[in-house]
Amino acid sequence: MSTTTTPSRAPVSGTAVASRHRKPFLLDLYGTALGKKYAMAMSGIALMGFVLFHMIGNLKMYFGAADLNEYAEFLKKLLYPLAPKESVLWILRLGLLGMLALHLHAAWSLTVLNRQARPVRYQSARDYQEASLASRSMRLSGIVVVLFLAWHLLDLTFGVVNTIGADGEFVRAEVYANVVRSFERWPVALFYVVANLFLGLHLSHGAWSIFQSLGWNNPRFNSWRRAFARGFAAIVVIGNVSFPIAVTVGIVSV
Amino acid sequence: MTMLDNRPAATKLNSKVPSGVLADKWDNFKANAKLVNPNNKRKFKVIVVGTGLAGASAAATLAELGYQVDAFTFHDSPRRAHSIAAQGGINAAKNYRGDGDSVHRLFTDTIKGGDFRSREANVYRLAQVSVNIIDQMVAQGVPFAREYGGLLDNRSFGGAQVSRTFYARGQTGQQLLLGAYQQLSRQIGLGGVRLFNRCELVDVVIIDGRAAGIVVRDLLTGEVTSHAAHAVVLATGGYGNVYFLSTNAMNCNVTAAWRAHRRGAYFANPCYTQIHPTCIPQADETQSKLTLMSESLRNDGRVWVPKNADEQRPAHQIPEEDRDYYLERLYPSYGNLAPRDISSRAAKRLVDKGQGVGPLKNGVFLDFSAAINRLGRNVVEERYGNLFEMYERIAGENPYEVPMRIYPATHYTMGGLWVDYELQTTIPGLYAAGEANFSDHGANRLGASALMQGLADGYFVLPYTISNGLAPLLNKTLPGTDHPEFKRVEAETRDRYRAYVNVKGTRSPDWFHRELGKMIWDYCGMERDRNGLEKAISEIQALHDEFKKDLRVTGSAEGVNQTLEKAGRVDDFFQLGMLMCKDALAREESCGGHFRVEYQTEDGEAQRDDAKFCHVSAWEWTGDAAKSHMHAEALEFETIQLATRSYK
Amino acid sequence: MTRKLTNLTLKVWRQSGPNDKGRFETHVIESITDEASFLEMLDVLNERLIAKGEEAVVFDHDCREGICGTCSLMINGQAHGPQRATTTCQLHMRSFKSNDTIVIEPWRAGAFPIVKDLMVDRSAFDRIVESGGFITAPTGGAPDANLIPVPKPVADAAMDSAACIGCGACVAACPNGAANLFVGAKIAHLNLLPQGQAERYKRAEAMVDTMDEHFGSCTNHGECSAACPKEISLDVIALMNKDYRSAKFKNRKELSRN
Repeated sequence: MSTTTTPSRAPVSGTAVASRHRKPFLLDLYGTALGKKYAMAMSGIALMGFVLFHMIGNLKMYFGAADLNEYAEFLKKLLYPLAPKESVLWILRLGLLGMLALHLHAAWSLTVLNRQARPVRYQSARDYQEASLASRSMRLSGIVVVLFLAWHLLDLTFGVVNTIGADGEFVRAEVYANVVRSFERWPVALFYVVANLFLGLHLSHGAWSIFQSLGWNNPRFNSWRRAFARGFAAIVVIGNVSFPIAVTVGIVSV
Repeated sequence: MTMLDNRPAATKLNSKVPSGVLADKWDNFKANAKLVNPNNKRKFKVIVVGTGLAGASAAATLAELGYQVDAFTFHDSPRRAHSIAAQGGINAAKNYRGDGDSVHRLFTDTIKGGDFRSREANVYRLAQVSVNIIDQMVAQGVPFAREYGGLLDNRSFGGAQVSRTFYARGQTGQQLLLGAYQQLSRQIGLGGVRLFNRCELVDVVIIDGRAAGIVVRDLLTGEVTSHAAHAVVLATGGYGNVYFLSTNAMNCNVTAAWRAHRRGAYFANPCYTQIHPTCIPQADETQSKLTLMSESLRNDGRVWVPKNADEQRPAHQIPEEDRDYYLERLYPSYGNLAPRDISSRAAKRLVDKGQGVGPLKNGVFLDFSAAINRLGRNVVEERYGNLFEMYERIAGENPYEVPMRIYPATHYTMGGLWVDYELQTTIPGLYAAGEANFSDHGANRLGASALMQGLADGYFVLPYTISNGLAPLLNKTLPGTDHPEFKRVEAETRDRYRAYVNVKGTRSPDWFHRELGKMIWDYCGMERDRNGLEKAISEIQALHDEFKKDLRVTGSAEGVNQTLEKAGRVDDFFQLGMLMCKDALAREESCGGHFRVEYQTEDGEAQRDDAKFCHVSAWEWTGDAAKSHMHAEALEFETIQLATRSYK
Repeated sequence: MTRKLTNLTLKVWRQSGPNDKGRFETHVIESITDEASFLEMLDVLNERLIAKGEEAVVFDHDCREGICGTCSLMINGQAHGPQRATTTCQLHMRSFKSNDTIVIEPWRAGAFPIVKDLMVDRSAFDRIVESGGFITAPTGGAPDANLIPVPKPVADAAMDSAACIGCGACVAACPNGAANLFVGAKIAHLNLLPQGQAERYKRAEAMVDTMDEHFGSCTNHGECSAACPKEISLDVIALMNKDYRSAKFKNRKELSRN
């Protein structure tokens, strides 16, 4: 046995005297786990706003092709003539893309952090008490939503995977026709329904989580936070899912 | 004084009580104490062993003052110390109620509660600094209970006629300990304290008659190392676990105090142990510890046993005429609120007669059906809801429907290392604080006074007395850990722990602990008598011999080995157990927690013998616990009139 | 009343040291009374192992009344086992049935390395408290206790958070190995009280930053609160998040003024 007089385990002391190297403020904030959670929440709010207004805009579909196409045109002319055509729309698009990128990056780095926080997993089955299907499948539902988004852009924005119109071309401005043509393919309609259910799952946890992450907590409204999240998710999902179904059953058609 | 005539031979014990009238003694001490210049404080190293209320508060305060402090705990974190389990509250003579409280009243209550077996000057100082404790703990953020106006709330507690107990729900000990722990943590963070966690003190090193440092065993590696210091503070708690079954935490032990005792520190009044009447009785043979239920339950519960020892009916079917509400019968004026020791002994006698209740017939009923009928279930739930829940969690019975079963259990030890007014043991440079010392509580501690004493010692006494002891040592070289004596003690310790592993007998340390506990409980528990104690000493000796021959510790002396840790602690408990019995045998009177069957009044009350035993029994180690030598410190009462403690 | 449980199969994690791979070891407890606590059942197992000349299972425990926070154990996939608001030491065999299989694992988190068998090192919690989990109030300078009135609801809320026993069940139960409930509880305790205001934001920032060095992040599963023996609410995490955010901005203002 060792006869040394100094213990091999060092005593604990001076644990709080080292000063942290500070980066520029926003980077410093984003460098912390809570900072990333704030980023998740803020970008989540932006993306929630997008999905909600996207859904509401698309409800124009039920008023016919003219209304929907006109709405698409309106978006291009936001703040026109004060601002050039499409400029505001592009600002919004870039903003949303930025938010999405932030959301994804934060999610990615937090996932890495969380994996590192438990390098050795439990070797027996866990028996979760509170964690819901939604909270535990955020990564999965997020990935599905991102894949869906890619398909959705290729389908209805770029027309790469859309069927071609009567003139043999994909015309982006013919929003109504493009939607109907796409959803007339039942596997596509089904994919849209399933993907939106994942989106709903994601929202039902995410929209509640925002309050926690940002520390919006007050006994006066705490009981409404979950209801808000579920309600929000339900409205978005019902609205979005109604479109492929409406096309499939023939309520909306060319 | 003539009463001194029958006392043992005069001693060299010097309590160093300062001069002056009682109320001025502490101020006089502070006025005359030697100080250490702020720039010189960092030249001194102080070791604090234990991080409970006394240890954590002492370590934090000494570090704030500028001393180098090394704090040791055998827990993983300082926050685990057993102070955390205290429920009721902490006394302080704040007189916030305006109900007639004062420093002097807290002082007299504590002296009387201690059955006139404590040192006046220490108790008075305790009462004086009690008010500072509350201020300090509030400033640190302890969430004491409040009134709606935002001021502090108080409750009343046994042994006092005023409301002076501050509390934080049923978790006062936890909140106070966390306060002290946080203050200690701050000092660790700032570098003022070095924390050695999971390190157990296994010996004290004395060089040239002075405490030179300690030897510790790292519980994670099994490594034995030395640490030198100018002063060593032991704040290592009480020895109630000698009974095996007690309300102490599993790891509470006497080793630190005992090792200091073996190196020359006198051990005072080991027979003063306190039994708490309302604990949940042992449920089965596997039981490892007992749980205390707040004594407040006796305010509304009625205590009874069936008259017939062979009673088979469930409690609610036993008619009134077949029940014996023995406390109401024996002590009509106090009834179910008879003092702790009296109601404990009454329960024991009935259980010994076979009238106990429960599957093992080892408890008495504490029945709330009358209270529920009288007050309604809601009121009872409001008052005791959390206690009822706790009972149900442990006993598996619903106390709203079935009477609770209770039985007394050990939960505090008044005895401990002998210390003088400066909390210094008989070894210069070695201090003892909190439950580890013997001071302040005499033969019986009042409720809500343990937390007070621990914090008083650590925050407001030791920082002053230690500087008085350190000042003369300035610029003197002290022996370092390379001194041969450190090496010798280290080697001795390694041999000791290796020896436990090498006995290779058949019985585990727990088995021996359980057997030892039964003996001490039977012979030196609630009631003691000469025959029993004499028998106990020889039986404990025999069991200890068997322990040395038949112990089995599996695993090795390196790395984590909880069985080995336990073996070392049980070994020391054996020796302490013998000393307890010897002390109980020598004290031929009954006082406070020490009840000798031979010395009782006609109605079964403790009968003190002030002529012969108005003294502290401080025992000197002679190499064999059964042959320890007793020194008496006479207790002089200048202010208090000795009187019979009466609860009639 | 007392029952006997028979034929319990225990799968206990054994690991000789931090670097050992570890494995489950199976033991059968033929019979035990349901009055026994879970840890007493392990005591019985250990007595048997010692009798067989084997090393006892190492596990942390101390007060056995649910307050010191020393006991840990993941029991059948739940931190502190199946009973709500109950530490492992207060869990009794009544919660199990004859012929049950009981799987016992240590807490698992990068910040809680396994020491041996079921014992882990939770010092990371202490590091967090050392960084800011206190109110600076050196001994001796405190004003009279009643000079600082604290409204009863505030004192009660602070006490709810202060009830934390530092056992680490929140980290163990968290799918991400996050310590937000522990840190949130201490921040809420001190930041709610008037005495804690002076250091409020410094505390929040220091504690959270230290937490970041050791633990995962919160994704609001709620497992921590469900496992917490003192039922500390998720609200403390929201409060921490809010104070940390304010800390970041407020401290900048303070800095720019200097």
